[in-house]
Amino acid sequence: MSRIKFELRKDQIDKINEICQSFNNEAGELINVLHKVQGTFGYLPAEVQEVVAKGLNIPVAKVYGVVTFYSYFTMTPKGKHPISICTGTACYVRGAEKVLEEFKKELKAEVGETTPDGKFSIACLRCVGACGLAPVVMVGDKTYGRVAPEMVKDILAEYAD
Amino acid sequence: MSDYKIHLLVCGGTGCKASESAQVVSNLKKEIESQGLSDFAQVVTTGCFGFCEKGPIVKIIPDNTFYTQVKPADAKEIVDEHIVKGRKVEHLLYVDPDKNEKVSDSKGMNFYKKQIRIALRNCGIIDPENIGEYIARDGYEALGKVLTSMSPEEAIDVVKKSGIRGRGGAGFPTGLKWELTRQTQSDVKYVVCNADEGDPGAFMDRSILEGDPHSVLEAMAINGYCTGAGHGLIYIRAEYPLAIERLKIAIKQAREYGLLGNDILGTGFNFDVELRYGAGAFVCGEETALIHSMEGSRGEPTLKPPFPSVEGYLKKPTNVNNVETYANIPVIFNRGAAWFASIGTEKSKGTKVFALAGKVNNVGLIEVPMGITLREVIFEIGGGIKGGKKFKAVQTGGPSGGCLTEKHLDTPIDYDNLIAVGSMMGSGGMVVMDEDDCMVDVAKYFLDFTVEESCGKCSPCRIGNKRLHELLDKLTKGKGEKQDIDRLINLSNVIKDTSLCGLGQSSPNPVLATISNFRDEYEAHVFDKKCPAGVCKDLMTYSIVDENCVGCTACARACPVGAITGERKEVHFIDAALCIKCGACMEKCKFNAVIVK
Repeated sequence: MSRIKFELRKDQIDKINEICQSFNNEAGELINVLHKVQGTFGYLPAEVQEVVAKGLNIPVAKVYGVVTFYSYFTMTPKGKHPISICTGTACYVRGAEKVLEEFKKELKAEVGETTPDGKFSIACLRCVGACGLAPVVMVGDKTYGRVAPEMVKDILAEYAD
Repeated sequence: MSDYKIHLLVCGGTGCKASESAQVVSNLKKEIESQGLSDFAQVVTTGCFGFCEKGPIVKIIPDNTFYTQVKPADAKEIVDEHIVKGRKVEHLLYVDPDKNEKVSDSKGMNFYKKQIRIALRNCGIIDPENIGEYIARDGYEALGKVLTSMSPEEAIDVVKKSGIRGRGGAGFPTGLKWELTRQTQSDVKYVVCNADEGDPGAFMDRSILEGDPHSVLEAMAINGYCTGAGHGLIYIRAEYPLAIERLKIAIKQAREYGLLGNDILGTGFNFDVELRYGAGAFVCGEETALIHSMEGSRGEPTLKPPFPSVEGYLKKPTNVNNVETYANIPVIFNRGAAWFASIGTEKSKGTKVFALAGKVNNVGLIEVPMGITLREVIFEIGGGIKGGKKFKAVQTGGPSGGCLTEKHLDTPIDYDNLIAVGSMMGSGGMVVMDEDDCMVDVAKYFLDFTVEESCGKCSPCRIGNKRLHELLDKLTKGKGEKQDIDRLINLSNVIKDTSLCGLGQSSPNPVLATISNFRDEYEAHVFDKKCPAGVCKDLMTYSIVDENCVGCTACARACPVGAITGERKEVHFIDAALCIKCGACMEKCKFNAVIVK
């Protein structure tokens, strides 16, 4: 997999170590540590995982295994405005698939990808719990309900800066 | 609650928050303040009312006026008219679609008439961020009663007699689970709350945690006393930020009140609760997988026995119960096991919360007594099918369950009846489908989910589900062979019989259930290469009805591949060989001349 090499600065390494220490460097706290680290860096590239592994004194393979197991953790950076399309059952039967297609078409990106300008990324998530508003799309923290494919252009236009 | 004459309850659940309910709250507060009514009326942000379809909801106490779809701009009118002049704001009232009448009191709404709210008793009534309001509604009374007047054995006996079964899906008797954990000898034991709600389309656990977090904390403390555990852990999805926030506040308040921590209520009983975050894995709803995830590992399940009640978190005896199960516990102690057991059917007691969603008029969260029929749920509470379409099926149990059809409409809903008809209770997702939904496509959708969520540890689940998905995909693309339906059934049975955990053992259920109920639809895909519901794109052909076409050329101009030909004011024609089935022509045609078969 080709990807951009991520050079960690010293202060970033310190930050990760600090997070590990706040959990007493306990291996059992790996998931909590990863939540915090991803909250800081936005994603978990291999270089970051190496520092976490060292901090908790566990193999990098174990960290990688956990990162790739859970859908919440990601190894690719998200866009400035991450778009999440709910594909829970309720949204699916109310046409989420067509909305997703429209986003893919408009942004020329696939699920899990970020647009080359780094502005948008597309992800699917399972159930936001706002089934009354199905189909639901989230852009950052903002929720859009009853989204129809025709609305996609307008939604994206809100983020044209 | 204090001396306020009027309380304005505004739903602060995720669904309503998404439609600006927080703005409604702040506008109402501003308006009340500017009119000098701050000592008279109080605005309270509550948990979910359940009627998400018409959110945001504002309910006014004491007259129970129920306003729906309130916009921030309506705040002034509500205060001016209702609070100051005592007149109802007519245009915000719910309109009963059958009688076309406005209903002001929520008790008169069909949506609420048949509901019995036990687990959701406080949702939409109290401010979840204020422990005082929970206590005012008999909160922590059950804990006090258990700690001061009952032995652990007596308390477990109450839970057993109530007949409550696990609300997470499998329906294991809760009292028995507690007893098994109690019987295991160990210096350290754990009590866990499973709040890893992964079923796409179910949100009852989140609503309880957002709307009434103390009920779960109280029940966990009772569980700790009964099983002999001093530590409680709540495993919650990181995707539920609001629920996490409210739990944190609740835990802090309970500690301040001496209801969690050391020497609870002066009885010498120590119990505290911590949060553990999930990171998005459906399989972590399975208790052994959940335990591994809490230990910081990949959430892969392990073979049972040993059961968690013997060897669980950090190899210590662990009692895992679901959020909704816990929410019932305090009420069982307050009102008695016999009262609880009087609700429901012979083997399924109490109520069940369902997240009613999909093609139904009233989407929302409902709590109904066990034994209610699907017909009552969908057509009375749910208000029937959206757009007057025909009911086709309802999926219960999410990706592990099956579909129920018209012939099951009058089957009383309980654990055993649902299993008997090839579905399961599951955590309570109930997704309604109408005639426009293709059952092969729905089965494929669920398999798509399972394939993504299979942890990969055992091969029947990892490889088998992938093969099932491929077979279904083949069918929806018009490449099905005549043996494929039997292949699907055989493979499904093998996966069910040989998978390690509940995920694989139940993942083929949607396939088996749709085949047994809608075999004709599968056959249409295989033999006629047709999708009767008109969903599977590859099986559709677009054509123009000569009588309806006026020759406006709109379709020909819309067609991206030039598949439509025809002169102006003459009937047009679609070349099926060139058509990419995008549907653009159909959208553009104003004369219903383009049809799809």
